[in-house]
Amino acid sequence: MSKVVENWLYSKEHEWVEVLGENRVRVGITDFAQNQLGDLVFVEIPQVGDEVTADETMGTVESVKAVSDLFSPVSGKVVEVNGELEDSPEVINSDAYGQGWMIVIELSNPDELSGLLTAGQYAAFVEEE
Amino acid sequence: MEGLKRTPLFPLYANYGAKVIDFGGWELPVQFSSIIEEHHAVRTLAGLFDVSHMGEVMIEGPDATACVQYLITNDISKLQINQAVYAALCYPNGGIVDDLLVYKQGEQKYLLVINASNIDKDVDWILSHAIGDVTIENISSKTAQLALQGPVAEKVLQRMTATDLSEIAYFTFEDDVEVAGVKTLVSRTGYTGEDGFELYLDAADAPALWEKILEEGKADGVVPCGLGARDTLRFEARLPLYGQELGPDISPLEAGIGFAVKLQKEADFIGKEALQKQKEEGVSRKLVGIELIGRGIPRNGYPVYAADAAETDEAIGYVTSGTQSPTLKKNLGLALIKADYAAIGTNLTVEIRGKRIEAVTVKAPFYKR
Repeated sequence: MSKVVENWLYSKEHEWVEVLGENRVRVGITDFAQNQLGDLVFVEIPQVGDEVTADETMGTVESVKAVSDLFSPVSGKVVEVNGELEDSPEVINSDAYGQGWMIVIELSNPDELSGLLTAGQYAAFVEEE
Repeated sequence: MEGLKRTPLFPLYANYGAKVIDFGGWELPVQFSSIIEEHHAVRTLAGLFDVSHMGEVMIEGPDATACVQYLITNDISKLQINQAVYAALCYPNGGIVDDLLVYKQGEQKYLLVINASNIDKDVDWILSHAIGDVTIENISSKTAQLALQGPVAEKVLQRMTATDLSEIAYFTFEDDVEVAGVKTLVSRTGYTGEDGFELYLDAADAPALWEKILEEGKADGVVPCGLGARDTLRFEARLPLYGQELGPDISPLEAGIGFAVKLQKEADFIGKEALQKQKEEGVSRKLVGIELIGRGIPRNGYPVYAADAAETDEAIGYVTSGTQSPTLKKNLGLALIKADYAAIGTNLTVEIRGKRIEAVTVKAPFYKR
Protein backbone atom coordinates (compact mmCIF):
# COMPACT_ATOMS: atom_id res chain seq x y z
CA MET A 1 0.00 0.00 0.00
CA SER A 2 1.43 3.32 -0.93
CA LYS A 3 1.24 6.24 1.43
CA VAL A 4 0.01 9.79 0.87
CA VAL A 5 0.38 12.83 3.11
CA GLU A 6 -2.88 14.55 4.04
CA ASN A 7 -3.15 18.23 3.08
CA TRP A 8 -0.50 18.04 0.40
CA LEU A 9 -1.29 18.23 -3.29
CA TYR A 10 -0.51 15.70 -6.02
CA SER A 11 -0.15 15.52 -9.79
CA LYS A 12 -1.28 12.71 -12.05
CA GLU A 13 2.39 12.30 -12.93
CA HIS A 14 2.94 11.21 -9.31
CA GLU A 15 4.65 14.28 -7.91
CA TRP A 16 3.74 15.66 -4.50
CA VAL A 17 3.50 19.36 -3.74
CA GLU A 18 3.83 20.73 -0.22
CA VAL A 19 2.75 24.35 0.05
CA LEU A 20 5.33 26.19 2.15
CA GLY A 21 3.65 29.61 2.04
CA GLU A 22 4.82 32.81 0.35
CA ASN A 23 4.09 31.27 -3.05
CA ARG A 24 6.62 28.55 -2.47
CA VAL A 25 6.14 24.82 -2.82
CA ARG A 26 8.38 21.84 -2.20
CA VAL A 27 8.17 19.04 -4.74
CA GLY A 28 9.09 15.37 -4.86
CA ILE A 29 7.74 12.09 -6.17
CA THR A 30 5.16 10.03 -4.34
CA ASP A 31 5.57 6.79 -2.47
CA PHE A 32 3.55 5.11 -5.21
CA ALA A 33 5.99 6.44 -7.82
CA GLN A 34 9.13 5.30 -6.00
CA ASN A 35 7.58 1.91 -5.45
CA GLN A 36 6.70 1.55 -9.12
CA LEU A 37 10.16 2.66 -10.24
CA GLY A 38 12.07 0.37 -7.88
CA ASP A 39 15.62 1.00 -6.65
CA LEU A 40 16.62 4.48 -7.81
CA VAL A 41 20.25 4.88 -8.79
CA PHE A 42 20.34 8.20 -10.64
CA VAL A 43 18.50 11.51 -10.40
CA GLU A 44 18.79 14.58 -12.59
CA ILE A 45 16.86 17.58 -11.31
CA PRO A 46 16.90 21.28 -12.26
CA GLN A 47 19.38 23.72 -10.78
CA VAL A 48 18.67 26.76 -8.64
CA GLY A 49 17.56 29.56 -10.94
CA ASP A 50 16.07 27.29 -13.62
CA GLU A 51 12.51 27.95 -14.76
CA VAL A 52 10.12 24.99 -14.79
CA THR A 53 6.72 24.74 -16.45
CA ALA A 54 3.69 22.81 -15.30
CA ASP A 55 3.35 19.41 -17.00
CA GLU A 56 6.68 19.76 -18.76
CA THR A 57 9.78 17.64 -18.15
CA MET A 58 11.97 18.96 -15.38
CA GLY A 59 14.37 16.07 -14.99
CA THR A 60 14.93 12.34 -14.95
CA VAL A 61 14.98 9.52 -12.46
CA GLU A 62 16.57 6.20 -13.26
CA SER A 63 16.08 2.91 -11.53
CA VAL A 64 18.36 -0.06 -12.09
CA LYS A 65 16.09 -1.05 -14.91
CA ALA A 66 14.52 2.02 -16.45
CA VAL A 67 14.63 5.74 -17.19
CA SER A 68 11.63 7.93 -16.35
CA ASP A 69 10.94 11.60 -16.93
CA LEU A 70 10.02 13.90 -14.08
CA PHE A 71 7.25 16.37 -14.82
CA SER A 72 6.94 19.63 -12.96
CA PRO A 73 3.54 19.87 -11.26
CA VAL A 74 3.63 23.71 -11.33
CA SER A 75 5.35 26.60 -13.09
CA GLY A 76 7.94 28.86 -11.56
CA LYS A 77 11.55 29.36 -10.60
CA VAL A 78 13.63 26.80 -8.78
CA VAL A 79 14.92 28.36 -5.56
CA GLU A 80 16.28 25.32 -3.72
CA VAL A 81 17.38 21.85 -4.74
CA ASN A 82 18.13 18.74 -2.73
CA GLY A 83 21.84 18.25 -3.39
CA GLU A 84 21.86 14.98 -1.45
CA LEU A 85 20.08 13.19 -4.26
CA GLU A 86 23.08 13.26 -6.57
CA ASP A 87 25.01 10.89 -4.32
CA SER A 88 22.12 9.19 -2.55
CA PRO A 89 19.14 8.80 -4.86
CA GLU A 90 18.04 5.83 -2.74
CA VAL A 91 16.67 8.19 -0.09
CA ILE A 92 13.74 8.72 -2.46
CA ASN A 93 12.94 5.02 -2.03
CA SER A 94 13.31 5.11 1.73
CA ASP A 95 11.70 8.51 2.42
CA ALA A 96 9.84 9.86 -0.59
CA TYR A 97 8.00 12.57 1.36
CA GLY A 98 10.92 13.63 3.54
CA GLN A 99 14.62 13.31 2.75
CA GLY A 100 13.70 12.42 -0.81
CA TRP A 101 12.36 15.90 -1.63
CA MET A 102 13.65 17.30 -4.91
CA ILE A 103 13.18 21.04 -5.38
CA VAL A 104 11.52 24.16 -3.99
CA ILE A 105 9.71 26.26 -6.59
CA GLU A 106 8.67 29.90 -6.39
CA LEU A 107 5.32 29.85 -8.16
CA SER A 108 4.80 32.06 -11.18
CA ASN A 109 1.14 31.09 -11.38
CA PRO A 110 -0.29 30.09 -7.97
CA ASP A 111 -3.66 29.36 -9.61
CA GLU A 112 -2.13 26.14 -10.96
CA LEU A 113 -2.38 24.67 -7.46
CA SER A 114 -6.14 24.43 -7.79
CA GLY A 115 -5.67 22.08 -10.72
CA LEU A 116 -3.79 19.52 -8.60
CA LEU A 117 -5.29 16.57 -6.77
CA THR A 118 -5.98 16.40 -3.05
CA ALA A 119 -4.56 13.49 -1.06
CA GLY A 120 -7.90 11.72 -1.25
CA GLN A 121 -8.24 12.27 -4.98
CA TYR A 122 -4.71 11.10 -5.61
CA ALA A 123 -5.18 7.97 -3.50
CA ALA A 124 -8.29 7.16 -5.56
CA PHE A 125 -6.39 7.90 -8.79
CA VAL A 126 -3.59 5.52 -7.81
CA GLU A 127 -6.11 2.86 -6.88
CA GLU A 128 -7.25 2.84 -10.51
CA GLU A 129 -3.75 2.75 -12.03
CA MET B 1 -2.63 -7.68 -18.70
CA GLU B 2 -4.68 -9.64 -21.17
CA GLY B 3 -3.28 -11.88 -23.86
CA LEU B 4 0.02 -12.35 -22.08
CA LYS B 5 1.53 -15.78 -21.62
CA ARG B 6 2.15 -17.12 -18.14
CA THR B 7 4.43 -19.78 -16.70
CA PRO B 8 3.11 -22.55 -14.42
CA LEU B 9 4.45 -20.52 -11.49
CA PHE B 10 2.32 -17.47 -12.17
CA PRO B 11 -0.24 -18.30 -9.45
CA LEU B 12 2.51 -18.27 -6.83
CA TYR B 13 4.09 -14.92 -7.64
CA ALA B 14 1.72 -12.86 -5.50
CA ASN B 15 2.50 -14.98 -2.41
CA TYR B 16 6.10 -13.78 -2.67
CA GLY B 17 5.31 -10.11 -3.31
CA ALA B 18 6.23 -10.09 -6.98
CA LYS B 19 5.90 -7.02 -9.14
CA VAL B 20 4.73 -8.44 -12.45
CA ILE B 21 5.34 -6.80 -15.82
CA ASP B 22 4.92 -7.51 -19.53
CA PHE B 23 8.22 -9.03 -20.54
CA GLY B 24 8.19 -9.62 -24.29
CA GLY B 25 4.64 -10.96 -24.25
CA TRP B 26 5.04 -12.82 -20.96
CA GLU B 27 3.60 -11.82 -17.64
CA LEU B 28 6.69 -12.28 -15.47
CA PRO B 29 8.06 -11.02 -12.14
CA VAL B 30 10.56 -8.19 -12.59
CA GLN B 31 11.31 -8.29 -8.86
CA PHE B 32 10.10 -9.78 -5.58
CA SER B 33 11.80 -7.52 -3.02
CA SER B 34 14.19 -5.19 -4.86
CA ILE B 35 16.41 -5.74 -7.88
CA ILE B 36 19.49 -4.62 -5.95
CA GLU B 37 18.75 -6.84 -2.93
CA GLU B 38 18.08 -9.84 -5.16
CA HIS B 39 21.25 -9.14 -7.14
CA HIS B 40 23.36 -9.09 -3.96
CA ALA B 41 21.63 -12.23 -2.68
CA VAL B 42 22.74 -14.15 -5.78
CA ARG B 43 26.31 -12.80 -5.59
CA THR B 44 26.69 -13.64 -1.90
CA LEU B 45 24.20 -16.47 -1.12
CA ALA B 46 21.67 -17.65 -3.70
CA GLY B 47 18.47 -16.81 -5.52
CA LEU B 48 15.75 -18.82 -7.23
CA PHE B 49 14.45 -17.70 -10.62
CA ASP B 50 11.43 -18.84 -12.58
CA VAL B 51 12.70 -19.11 -16.14
CA SER B 52 9.95 -21.39 -17.40
CA HIS B 53 9.27 -18.99 -20.26
CA MET B 54 12.44 -20.26 -21.95
CA GLY B 55 11.83 -22.56 -24.90
CA GLU B 56 12.82 -26.21 -25.22
CA VAL B 57 13.05 -28.16 -28.46
CA MET B 58 13.89 -31.86 -28.74
CA ILE B 59 15.74 -33.12 -31.78
CA GLU B 60 15.85 -36.92 -32.01
CA GLY B 61 16.63 -39.50 -34.62
CA PRO B 62 19.45 -41.31 -36.46
CA ASP B 63 20.65 -38.01 -37.99
CA ALA B 64 20.17 -35.85 -34.88
CA THR B 65 23.89 -35.10 -34.50
CA ALA B 66 24.32 -34.14 -38.15
CA CYS B 67 21.19 -32.02 -38.01
CA VAL B 68 22.25 -30.10 -34.90
CA GLN B 69 25.76 -29.70 -36.34
CA TYR B 70 24.26 -28.07 -39.43
CA LEU B 71 22.08 -25.70 -37.40
CA ILE B 72 24.53 -24.44 -34.78
CA THR B 73 27.87 -22.63 -34.82
CA ASN B 74 29.52 -24.72 -32.11
CA ASP B 75 30.93 -28.22 -32.65
CA ILE B 76 29.19 -31.14 -30.96
CA SER B 77 31.19 -33.89 -32.64
CA LYS B 78 33.10 -34.54 -29.39
CA LEU B 79 30.26 -33.70 -27.04
CA GLN B 80 29.57 -36.51 -24.58
CA ILE B 81 26.21 -37.58 -23.30
CA ASN B 82 25.35 -35.41 -20.27
CA GLN B 83 27.41 -32.52 -21.55
CA ALA B 84 26.01 -29.19 -22.67
CA VAL B 85 27.36 -26.54 -25.00
CA TYR B 86 26.54 -22.89 -25.73
CA ALA B 87 26.02 -21.98 -29.38
CA ALA B 88 24.28 -19.73 -31.86
CA LEU B 89 21.86 -20.42 -34.67
CA CYS B 90 22.91 -18.21 -37.54
CA TYR B 91 21.45 -16.96 -40.79
CA PRO B 92 23.45 -17.60 -43.96
CA ASN B 93 24.81 -14.02 -43.70
CA GLY B 94 26.19 -14.70 -40.22
CA GLY B 95 23.51 -12.75 -38.34
CA ILE B 96 22.07 -14.46 -35.28
CA VAL B 97 18.70 -16.24 -35.22
CA ASP B 98 19.14 -17.01 -31.52
CA ASP B 99 21.65 -18.14 -28.92
CA LEU B 100 21.01 -21.41 -27.15
CA LEU B 101 22.21 -24.26 -24.99
CA VAL B 102 22.46 -27.72 -26.53
CA TYR B 103 22.17 -30.69 -24.15
CA LYS B 104 23.27 -34.09 -25.39
CA GLN B 105 20.83 -36.51 -23.78
CA GLY B 106 21.63 -39.50 -25.96
CA GLU B 107 23.63 -40.44 -29.06
CA GLN B 108 20.56 -39.49 -31.09
CA LYS B 109 18.87 -37.08 -28.76
CA TYR B 110 19.47 -33.38 -28.14
CA LEU B 111 17.62 -30.80 -26.09
CA LEU B 112 17.89 -27.23 -27.37
CA VAL B 113 17.09 -24.43 -24.93
CA ILE B 114 16.16 -21.20 -26.66
CA ASN B 115 14.96 -17.71 -25.77
CA ALA B 116 11.30 -17.22 -24.91
CA SER B 117 10.80 -14.33 -27.30
CA ASN B 118 12.22 -16.42 -30.16
CA ILE B 119 10.36 -19.70 -29.69
CA ASP B 120 8.06 -19.42 -32.71
CA LYS B 121 10.79 -18.03 -34.95
CA ASP B 122 13.33 -20.63 -33.88
CA VAL B 123 10.97 -23.58 -34.24
CA ASP B 124 10.06 -22.42 -37.74
CA TRP B 125 13.75 -21.98 -38.52
CA ILE B 126 14.70 -25.40 -37.17
CA LEU B 127 11.82 -27.15 -38.95
CA SER B 128 12.63 -25.54 -42.27
CA HIS B 129 16.40 -26.11 -42.06
CA ALA B 130 16.62 -29.48 -40.34
CA ILE B 131 18.42 -32.17 -42.32
CA GLY B 132 18.27 -35.97 -42.32
CA ASP B 133 16.10 -38.38 -40.44
CA VAL B 134 15.04 -36.51 -37.29
CA THR B 135 11.93 -35.70 -35.34
CA ILE B 136 11.60 -32.24 -33.89
CA GLU B 137 9.32 -31.45 -31.01
CA ASN B 138 8.63 -28.14 -29.32
CA ILE B 139 8.18 -29.09 -25.67
CA SER B 140 8.31 -25.52 -24.35
CA SER B 141 4.84 -25.36 -22.88
CA LYS B 142 5.07 -28.59 -20.93
CA THR B 143 8.56 -27.87 -19.61
CA ALA B 144 9.28 -25.61 -16.66
CA GLN B 145 12.70 -24.27 -15.74
CA LEU B 146 13.93 -23.07 -12.36
CA ALA B 147 17.38 -21.56 -11.87
CA LEU B 148 19.01 -21.73 -8.45
CA GLN B 149 22.06 -19.50 -8.64
CA GLY B 150 24.67 -18.38 -6.16
CA PRO B 151 27.48 -19.64 -3.92
CA VAL B 152 25.19 -21.67 -1.61
CA ALA B 153 23.11 -23.19 -4.45
CA GLU B 154 24.86 -26.55 -4.34
CA LYS B 155 24.70 -26.85 -0.55
CA VAL B 156 20.95 -26.16 -0.50
CA LEU B 157 20.07 -28.36 -3.46
CA GLN B 158 22.24 -31.22 -2.18
CA ARG B 159 20.04 -31.50 0.90
CA MET B 160 17.08 -32.18 -1.39
CA THR B 161 18.53 -34.97 -3.51
CA ALA B 162 20.42 -38.27 -3.20
CA THR B 163 22.36 -37.54 -6.41
CA ASP B 164 25.88 -36.29 -5.70
CA LEU B 165 25.79 -32.79 -7.15
CA SER B 166 29.55 -32.34 -6.84
CA GLU B 167 29.79 -34.89 -9.66
CA ILE B 168 27.90 -32.53 -11.97
CA ALA B 169 30.64 -30.30 -13.38
CA TYR B 170 30.16 -26.92 -15.06
CA PHE B 171 28.27 -27.37 -18.36
CA THR B 172 27.28 -30.94 -17.60
CA PHE B 173 23.95 -32.29 -16.41
CA GLU B 174 22.16 -35.31 -14.98
CA ASP B 175 18.80 -36.50 -16.19
CA ASP B 176 16.04 -37.96 -14.01
CA VAL B 177 17.41 -36.56 -10.78
CA GLU B 178 14.92 -36.65 -7.94
CA VAL B 179 14.84 -33.32 -6.15
CA ALA B 180 12.40 -33.36 -3.23
CA GLY B 181 10.61 -36.21 -4.97
CA VAL B 182 10.32 -34.36 -8.28
CA LYS B 183 12.01 -35.73 -11.38
CA THR B 184 14.25 -33.07 -12.92
CA LEU B 185 17.09 -32.58 -15.32
CA VAL B 186 19.79 -30.87 -13.23
CA SER B 187 22.27 -28.80 -15.22
CA ARG B 188 25.23 -26.89 -13.81
CA THR B 189 24.74 -23.83 -15.94
CA GLY B 190 23.33 -20.37 -15.49
CA TYR B 191 22.95 -16.79 -16.59
CA THR B 192 24.26 -14.90 -13.59
CA GLY B 193 28.03 -15.33 -13.49
CA GLU B 194 27.69 -17.42 -10.32
CA ASP B 195 27.85 -21.13 -9.66
CA GLY B 196 24.43 -22.72 -9.73
CA PHE B 197 21.96 -25.00 -11.40
CA GLU B 198 19.20 -24.89 -13.94
CA LEU B 199 16.47 -27.44 -13.33
CA TYR B 200 14.19 -28.64 -16.12
CA LEU B 201 11.01 -30.37 -15.06
CA ASP B 202 7.45 -31.11 -15.93
CA ALA B 203 5.39 -27.92 -15.79
CA ALA B 204 2.91 -29.54 -13.40
CA ASP B 205 5.64 -30.18 -10.81
CA ALA B 206 7.10 -26.68 -10.89
CA PRO B 207 4.98 -24.90 -8.25
CA ALA B 208 5.66 -27.54 -5.60
CA LEU B 209 9.40 -27.60 -6.28
CA TRP B 210 9.61 -23.79 -6.27
CA GLU B 211 8.05 -23.71 -2.81
CA LYS B 212 10.21 -26.55 -1.49
CA ILE B 213 13.48 -24.99 -2.64
CA LEU B 214 12.60 -21.64 -1.09
CA GLU B 215 11.55 -23.36 2.13
CA GLU B 216 14.71 -25.48 2.27
CA GLY B 217 16.98 -22.56 1.41
CA LYS B 218 15.38 -19.95 3.59
CA ALA B 219 17.88 -20.26 6.45
CA ASP B 220 20.75 -20.17 3.93
CA GLY B 221 19.52 -16.88 2.48
CA VAL B 222 17.92 -18.17 -0.72
CA VAL B 223 15.38 -15.62 -1.99
CA PRO B 224 13.03 -15.55 -4.96
CA CYS B 225 14.49 -13.39 -7.72
CA GLY B 226 12.92 -11.65 -10.69
CA LEU B 227 14.04 -10.92 -14.20
CA GLY B 228 15.36 -7.50 -13.19
CA ALA B 229 18.16 -9.07 -11.13
CA ARG B 230 18.67 -11.74 -13.77
CA ASP B 231 19.39 -8.94 -16.23
CA THR B 232 21.84 -7.02 -14.00
CA LEU B 233 23.62 -10.26 -13.05
CA ARG B 234 24.05 -11.44 -16.62
CA PHE B 235 25.08 -7.93 -17.65
CA GLU B 236 27.94 -7.75 -15.12
CA ALA B 237 29.13 -11.16 -16.33
CA ARG B 238 28.88 -9.95 -19.96
CA LEU B 239 26.49 -12.74 -20.88
CA PRO B 240 24.73 -11.52 -23.99
CA LEU B 241 20.98 -10.97 -24.28
CA TYR B 242 19.20 -11.63 -27.56
CA GLY B 243 17.64 -8.41 -28.86
CA GLN B 244 20.42 -6.32 -27.30
CA GLU B 245 23.90 -7.81 -27.72
CA LEU B 246 22.66 -10.36 -30.26
CA GLY B 247 20.38 -10.01 -33.26
CA PRO B 248 19.88 -10.72 -36.95
CA ASP B 249 22.18 -7.83 -37.88
CA ILE B 250 24.93 -8.80 -35.41
CA SER B 251 27.33 -11.70 -35.93
CA PRO B 252 28.58 -13.87 -33.07
CA LEU B 253 32.13 -12.74 -33.88
CA GLU B 254 31.14 -9.11 -33.36
CA ALA B 255 29.18 -9.90 -30.22
CA GLY B 256 32.15 -11.49 -28.48
CA ILE B 257 30.83 -15.06 -28.54
CA GLY B 258 33.39 -16.25 -31.08
CA PHE B 259 34.28 -19.03 -28.61
CA ALA B 260 30.97 -20.64 -29.61
CA VAL B 261 31.77 -20.47 -33.34
CA LYS B 262 33.89 -23.38 -34.52
CA LEU B 263 34.90 -22.51 -38.06
CA GLN B 264 37.34 -25.41 -38.08
CA LYS B 265 34.60 -27.97 -37.51
CA GLU B 266 34.32 -30.43 -40.34
CA ALA B 267 30.60 -30.24 -40.81
CA ASP B 268 29.06 -27.39 -42.72
CA PHE B 269 26.72 -25.14 -40.79
CA ILE B 270 24.42 -22.31 -41.69
CA GLY B 271 26.43 -19.08 -41.72
CA LYS B 272 29.81 -20.79 -41.84
CA GLU B 273 30.94 -19.24 -45.10
CA ALA B 274 29.95 -15.72 -44.10
CA LEU B 275 31.57 -16.07 -40.67
CA GLN B 276 34.72 -17.55 -42.21
CA LYS B 277 34.98 -14.52 -44.47
CA GLN B 278 34.32 -12.15 -41.59
CA LYS B 279 37.01 -13.83 -39.53
CA GLU B 280 39.56 -13.56 -42.35
CA GLU B 281 38.78 -9.92 -43.09
CA GLY B 282 38.41 -8.97 -39.44
CA VAL B 283 35.19 -7.73 -37.87
CA SER B 284 34.32 -4.09 -38.38
CA ARG B 285 32.46 -3.81 -35.07
CA LYS B 286 33.16 -5.16 -31.59
CA LEU B 287 31.24 -5.43 -28.38
CA VAL B 288 33.10 -3.52 -25.65
CA GLY B 289 32.60 -2.62 -22.02
CA ILE B 290 32.26 1.08 -21.27
CA GLU B 291 32.30 3.06 -18.07
CA LEU B 292 30.78 6.51 -17.83
CA ILE B 293 33.16 9.15 -16.53
CA GLY B 294 30.58 11.94 -16.63
CA ARG B 295 27.22 11.77 -14.85
CA GLY B 296 24.75 9.43 -16.48
CA ILE B 297 23.82 5.84 -17.10
CA PRO B 298 24.27 4.30 -20.55
CA ARG B 299 21.13 2.56 -21.80
CA ASN B 300 20.15 0.36 -24.72
CA GLY B 301 20.18 2.31 -27.98
CA TYR B 302 22.11 5.38 -26.83
CA PRO B 303 24.56 6.48 -29.58
CA VAL B 304 28.31 6.33 -28.93
CA TYR B 305 30.73 8.86 -30.46
CA ALA B 306 34.49 9.18 -30.71
CA ALA B 307 35.88 11.46 -27.98
CA ASP B 308 36.95 14.07 -30.51
CA ALA B 309 33.86 13.81 -32.71
CA ALA B 310 32.36 17.00 -34.10
CA GLU B 311 28.61 17.70 -33.72
CA THR B 312 28.07 16.52 -37.28
CA ASP B 313 30.15 13.36 -37.08
CA GLU B 314 28.35 10.08 -37.21
CA ALA B 315 28.08 7.81 -34.20
CA ILE B 316 30.63 4.99 -34.04
CA GLY B 317 28.11 2.62 -32.52
CA TYR B 318 25.53 2.28 -29.79
CA VAL B 319 24.96 0.97 -26.30
CA THR B 320 23.42 -2.51 -26.23
CA SER B 321 22.89 -2.78 -22.45
CA GLY B 322 23.66 -0.54 -19.52
CA THR B 323 22.83 0.12 -15.92
CA GLN B 324 24.41 1.06 -12.65
CA SER B 325 26.21 -2.13 -11.72
CA PRO B 326 24.85 -3.20 -8.33
CA THR B 327 28.10 -5.00 -7.49
CA LEU B 328 30.54 -2.31 -8.61
CA LYS B 329 28.34 0.78 -8.15
CA LYS B 330 29.64 2.12 -11.47
CA ASN B 331 27.59 3.26 -14.43
CA LEU B 332 28.54 0.65 -17.00
CA GLY B 333 27.48 -0.41 -20.44
CA LEU B 334 28.12 -2.83 -23.24
CA ALA B 335 28.41 -1.14 -26.61
CA LEU B 336 28.73 -2.36 -30.16
CA ILE B 337 31.20 0.04 -31.76
CA LYS B 338 33.62 0.32 -34.66
CA ALA B 339 36.56 -2.00 -34.06
CA ASP B 340 39.06 0.90 -34.36
CA TYR B 341 37.79 2.26 -31.05
CA ALA B 342 37.59 -1.02 -29.16
CA ALA B 343 40.98 -1.00 -27.42
CA ILE B 344 40.66 -0.79 -23.63
CA GLY B 345 41.21 2.75 -22.39
CA THR B 346 39.77 4.49 -25.46
CA ASN B 347 37.92 7.70 -24.65
CA LEU B 348 34.41 8.01 -26.08
CA THR B 349 31.21 9.86 -25.43
CA VAL B 350 27.71 8.50 -24.99
CA GLU B 351 24.78 10.66 -25.99
CA ILE B 352 22.31 10.82 -23.12
CA ARG B 353 19.21 12.96 -23.61
CA GLY B 354 20.94 15.15 -26.17
CA LYS B 355 24.18 15.59 -24.22
CA ARG B 356 27.46 13.84 -24.91
CA ILE B 357 28.80 12.37 -21.71
CA GLU B 358 32.42 11.23 -21.35
CA ALA B 359 33.07 7.52 -21.20
CA VAL B 360 35.97 5.11 -21.57
CA THR B 361 36.22 1.53 -22.79
CA VAL B 362 36.97 -0.92 -19.99
CA LYS B 363 37.52 -4.63 -19.57
CA ALA B 364 34.44 -6.84 -19.68
CA PRO B 365 33.16 -9.04 -18.03
CA PHE B 366 32.84 -6.38 -15.34
CA TYR B 367 32.47 -9.13 -12.76
CA LYS B 368 34.06 -12.56 -12.45
CA ARG B 369 33.53 -14.83 -9.49
